[in-house]
Amino acid sequence: MGGFHSVPQDHRYRDFADKTGFSLEQIGNLHNRFKQLSHNEDTLRKDDLNKIPDLACNPIRAQIIEAFFDKRNFQSHGGGTVEEIGFEEFLTVMSYFRPPSLNMTEEQREELRRVKLRFLFNMHDTDNDGTITLEEYRHVVEELLSRSGALCRETAKGIADAAMLEVASISMGHMEPDEFYEGITFEHFLTILKGIEIESRMHIRFLNVDTTVLCK
Amino acid sequence: MACRHLTHLACGWNGEVGRRLVTVTLLAVFLVGTVLPLGAASSPEITVGLNGDHTPHQPNNDHDDHASHNTTKKAFPVLSFDFERIGMPFEISLWVLLASLMKLGFHLTPRLSGIVPESCLLIVVGLLVGGLIKVVGQKPPVLESNLFFLCLLPPIILDAGYFLPIRPFTENMGTILIFAVVGTLWNAFFVGGALYGICQLEGVHLKNYDLLSCLLFGSIISAVDPVAVLAVFEEIHINELLHILVFGESLLNDAVTVVLYHLFEEFAGVGTVTMVDVLLGIVCFLVVSLGGILVGAIYGILAAFTSRFTSHTRVIEPLFVFLYSYMAYLSAEVFHLSGIMALIACGVVMRPYVEANISHKSHTTIKYFLKMWSSVSETLIFIFLGVSTVAGDHNWNWTFVTSTVLLSLVARVLGVVGLTFVINKFRIVKLTTKDQFIIAYGGLRGAIAFSLGYLLDKVHFPMRDMFLTAIITVIFFTVFVQGMTIRPLVDLLAVKKKQETKRSINEEIHTQFLDHLLTGIEDICGHYGHHHWKDKMNRFNKKYVKKCLIAGERSKEPQLIAFYHKMEMKHAIELVESGGNVKLPSALPSTVSMQNIQPKKLQERALPQIPKGREEEIRKILRTNLQKTRQRLQSYNRHTLVVDPYEDGWNEVLLKRKKINQMSNYLTVPAGPPESPTLARARLSSDPQAWSMKPDSDGVPAIKVDLASPQSPPDSVNITDEFGKRSGPPAGGGEEGGLVMKRPHPPPSLSVTAATKEEKGGRRQQQQPEEDEEGRDPQRLMRCLSDPGPSAEEEEDEPFLP
Repeated sequence: MGGFHSVPQDHRYRDFADKTGFSLEQIGNLHNRFKQLSHNEDTLRKDDLNKIPDLACNPIRAQIIEAFFDKRNFQSHGGGTVEEIGFEEFLTVMSYFRPPSLNMTEEQREELRRVKLRFLFNMHDTDNDGTITLEEYRHVVEELLSRSGALCRETAKGIADAAMLEVASISMGHMEPDEFYEGITFEHFLTILKGIEIESRMHIRFLNVDTTVLCK
Repeated sequence: MACRHLTHLACGWNGEVGRRLVTVTLLAVFLVGTVLPLGAASSPEITVGLNGDHTPHQPNNDHDDHASHNTTKKAFPVLSFDFERIGMPFEISLWVLLASLMKLGFHLTPRLSGIVPESCLLIVVGLLVGGLIKVVGQKPPVLESNLFFLCLLPPIILDAGYFLPIRPFTENMGTILIFAVVGTLWNAFFVGGALYGICQLEGVHLKNYDLLSCLLFGSIISAVDPVAVLAVFEEIHINELLHILVFGESLLNDAVTVVLYHLFEEFAGVGTVTMVDVLLGIVCFLVVSLGGILVGAIYGILAAFTSRFTSHTRVIEPLFVFLYSYMAYLSAEVFHLSGIMALIACGVVMRPYVEANISHKSHTTIKYFLKMWSSVSETLIFIFLGVSTVAGDHNWNWTFVTSTVLLSLVARVLGVVGLTFVINKFRIVKLTTKDQFIIAYGGLRGAIAFSLGYLLDKVHFPMRDMFLTAIITVIFFTVFVQGMTIRPLVDLLAVKKKQETKRSINEEIHTQFLDHLLTGIEDICGHYGHHHWKDKMNRFNKKYVKKCLIAGERSKEPQLIAFYHKMEMKHAIELVESGGNVKLPSALPSTVSMQNIQPKKLQERALPQIPKGREEEIRKILRTNLQKTRQRLQSYNRHTLVVDPYEDGWNEVLLKRKKINQMSNYLTVPAGPPESPTLARARLSSDPQAWSMKPDSDGVPAIKVDLASPQSPPDSVNITDEFGKRSGPPAGGGEEGGLVMKRPHPPPSLSVTAATKEEKGGRRQQQQPEEDEEGRDPQRLMRCLSDPGPSAEEEEDEPFLP
């Protein structure tokens, strides 16, 4: 597989490896998958991801696909969405799901946690104003429960409200009755999700073996 | 009586740890020691006449009595002493009482229990009791294997299996299995082989120990014991990962132990093990473990299915759980399958479905019964271990015993280090050296090893006594030395401890979100990983299995909602139990309330809905405790209520809800004018959260109450506005529009749906006749508030008066 590609490809791979931390085999596999999804074109569109049959039953499919096309996740400064992405952006988004390495200092863990939580935050904060408003949070919970039927829409609202109340209570502590809690800022988000060790949980296994032939 | 003594001791002698302990011990021991010999000595029936005296130890009396029976008329025995009849149950009760008193005593001495783990103290007590019995002249009882395996072990395992934390267990399943299977095999062969080598040495005089006996011994001694691990690890509060690794290993290695034990026991007499036997052994292992799990799963499903129909007989619900689990254990033991794995599988399989079906009280009952039985069992096991040490015939051989202890330690360390090296290649979150040390150090041996050794047939295994001595020594060493030192070591090495935080709703939302996110990313990545299969199983579970095993509409409840309802229920109970003085759930004094979050301009007031079953439970709980809050309610001026949003308004809203719920097709009168706006504002403004009904059919009257903080005059204006809207057409879907009283037309289905919902206690029937009520009636509300009794609804069936 490696021999088929020309030398500039390997050079690019090494660049990517340095930037994202994947190994060369993993990058090769992901590239194959990218090519499979985009039908051998250079760029990937939203439709291509939409067509993945396994994703069809995922309740938050739309948000996941959006995250791939969200410029905030490309580790460059800028917001907004793009219509199509290249392999580099695909790899960058995938790199958010790398596991922590064995010998990490406490600081590095903290940094990794921030990066991953930032990704989650961006997924919730759809209008990019830096806060997750009640509406956005409600949307999140509704999407999560969207497969459970229309019965639960009211409960979804209630759950979102209770969660928001919890965040506000923990972060703000004391608020006057006429004050208004604008939304969850990134710092508050970090505080409330301190308990779930995100750096150990938000990762998937990137294989070194090519499995694109097996999966759709 | 003894208990009172103990409490007096506790109060009076604060700080005199040693004296207290000794007194407690002596009391209980005296209690036991005096009666047990009496019971043990078989005594014929002894009667005490009005004028007679007796001695229990003279069987000659018997003949005299019999003789005198025929010849002279004895005085009518007013008081007789007949111990034999109740001897056995009395003895058992006495032992259990002793165990419980010991437990009580240890917790009254915090300094001692801080240093020494409970298991050590209990073994010491056992030694004392055994010594006492021996001194008196009786033969102390030994821990019989049948008693142990059939009575003492199952409650502990069931308790462990039922409350097993599933998520960390399944996430680390690979690691646990490798430790359990490969680790135990390595231990068994290493210890057995090395011991054989040592026995062959000159000067040890143990040449008659053949290889198979040594291997058998190795297999007995190699298994990490769940009882000992639980007893020690429970107290050190180590982090979840390490706890589940060691504990999971101790549970799953049972299959290996069973197979090895039977294999070597079978062939120890014959003398050789061929390749075929080894292969058969491997097959046997698969059969034992998978068969055990299958048996457990079948019984688990049966239990879940049975619990679906118990809505009318709530009282015996816990019994089904216990019985099915015990049957699973026994059935597995019949076929020499792994009973422990069957029990674990049964508990794990049945738990999610049973918990969705049974009532809250049954859940509490199950929890406390399991905890109680497992606690008593554990105590008894350790005490009996001590007694058995004194009782048994020992054959002490320095070489054998010390080499056993050393070899088991060495084997454990080598095994853990070697396996971790291999495992870390596949794990994403790797095990550090500290983790490895704790895992190796936490491999305690316990009563299972002793019982297995005790089961050995003395004829085939003449060296049984030496084995038992060595086993007991190893157990003592691991429990005392390792058990006592593990806590300071954990502190010394700064191993991560368990986080005591409660699960918050945010964490739950994000855990679910993360699950779906990772599954999606895996799908995009193109490989079927851990998350993909877990997701598939969840979907299968939701689609097919839940429908069969969970009653009613709970089968469709998503996990997030179930969690949310559970949390709300817990808060309601907390509120009631503390008489309305409970702090905010966030445990921070906070004035933040829903009002601060809701943007003012939006009219919508979303409310959580709960299905009727939950409502019923919450209502019942609150109603039975309404008395406490009633006084407070009436003494408050609502306008100046304190900040606690979970206060009094809760229950009255629920009561109001209940009234409106019962509105059926008899409601033809539109809602009359409400009470004075002030009252309405006041009442509603104190509502923390109100439950609206599930709009499962069109036109169900849905009342949504403003989620407002206690002081919210601005909001109350909105309320009265919406009152005006009330008689208008119902808002679409009933979601928007805040206080909307939807009463379009009497839905004929309403009473049916109300009545057919599976409810506890038949409340439905009582509430049916209270039609045409308008919850808005202030007098009615006051009346229902003033009458907290369970029969409140029956009086409320007057026709609605506008």
